[in-house]
Amino acid sequence: MTASSNDREKANKIREGDVRTASRLIRNLEDKIPEAKTTLKHIFRHTGKAHIIGITGSPGAGKSTITDALIAAYRREGKTVGVLAVDPSSPFTGGAILGDRIRMQRHAEDPGVFVRSLATRGALGGLSNAVGDAIHVLDAMGKDKIIIETVGTGQQEVEIINYAHTVVVLLVPGMGDEIQALKAGIMEIADIFVINKADRPGAKQLESIISSLLDMAPGFPGGWRPPTVKVENVFESAPFNERTGELRETIDKHYQLLIESALLGDHLKRKTLMEIQEAIRMAIIEPVLQDLTRTGRLEEMTRRIMNKEADPYSLAEEAAGSYLKNIPR
Amino acid sequence: MEKKRKIRIMIAKPGLDGHDRGARILARFFRDAGYEVIYTGCHQTPEQIAQAAIQEDVDLVGLSCLSGAHRLLFPQVVSQLKAHGAEDITVIGGGIIPEQDFPLLAEAGIKAIFTPGASLESILQWVLDNVGG
Repeated sequence: MTASSNDREKANKIREGDVRTASRLIRNLEDKIPEAKTTLKHIFRHTGKAHIIGITGSPGAGKSTITDALIAAYRREGKTVGVLAVDPSSPFTGGAILGDRIRMQRHAEDPGVFVRSLATRGALGGLSNAVGDAIHVLDAMGKDKIIIETVGTGQQEVEIINYAHTVVVLLVPGMGDEIQALKAGIMEIADIFVINKADRPGAKQLESIISSLLDMAPGFPGGWRPPTVKVENVFESAPFNERTGELRETIDKHYQLLIESALLGDHLKRKTLMEIQEAIRMAIIEPVLQDLTRTGRLEEMTRRIMNKEADPYSLAEEAAGSYLKNIPR
Repeated sequence: MEKKRKIRIMIAKPGLDGHDRGARILARFFRDAGYEVIYTGCHQTPEQIAQAAIQEDVDLVGLSCLSGAHRLLFPQVVSQLKAHGAEDITVIGGGIIPEQDFPLLAEAGIKAIFTPGASLESILQWVLDNVGG
């Protein structure tokens, strides 16, 4: 079998929803196995149909629990769901505990649900570098809804906006005062706010803080003022299902607005621009670095820089110059 | 730059058994050894464990059982994996397991059994030798 027909067969299997092939491809993409990109080329054409939802918030805010509830809510609507749950890698050992799926295991036997955990592997934006490619895989599998659960975020991990059509920011009462809410970063990226654990004291104040924050906003794209959904009573299934069902409806309403306005096109253009820039970077930098490593020149450069015989900027320009000359035009 | 494959391990607790301290310690230990560890929590069915292992594309499933149901549940995990074409995933087990059950479990495809007193280092060494690091 030729490489290309093998890739096409893999791509077909993924489009038929084959879990084993899909999960192996995601693994290969994470591990940066070159052949994985070839398979991706075959499935790319079949992507772009799914609604991508981002769930973000601080550690312990309830992201996995809300994700689990959303899976259930979408399954009640007959939608298929893919989940990418990101947890941090250790900066010291590279190891990771991926524990998000504990909350979602009741869906493990449901063929309409695919849950995959990803470690950040050094990425800083709250996601994994492989997340964009993994979204394509789930999208090609035909999942209607793809939920991305970020790592527990602080103020700055906002990369989710590059991928998700709808960003849900989870907040819990008692995390800080109005000044926290005024700061740039995560409070700016919400399409929907969720006040989780709203049965705790401080939920009302948090709601009014969000509201006054939004009052100060210069305007809202498409006229969508991010609504706030309060979720409480996680241990009482009827009211909890009702509130998370309401969240599901609000998420879908937001997507509907994107579709009906030009915003979905804007989003796609922004994402595509980012994607091609990243792909160019990978296509040029990776082979150059590989070649420099293979030939020992990288080591040689390191030695010269350490001895102060050369500076990294000149060597980089030199290396870039010699490779760019060899690109056929 | 030849990239090393990242080994992924799943730690799972089948059946009605809430004693997961050992499982958590092991998960943490593997994390510190540089592995990516998926922990699925307590009270899992063999089918749930097999499906999760496939969705996560792990190399190794470590089962923990302290309830005495290992004779039934461990082999079911292996057969569920096989039923879904994932017999290449290595399955090992640990817990309160009498020695006379070892042959039955080995025959069912459990590649190693670790009982109380097994050191974390000995488990890691087995994984390094048989799965990779």
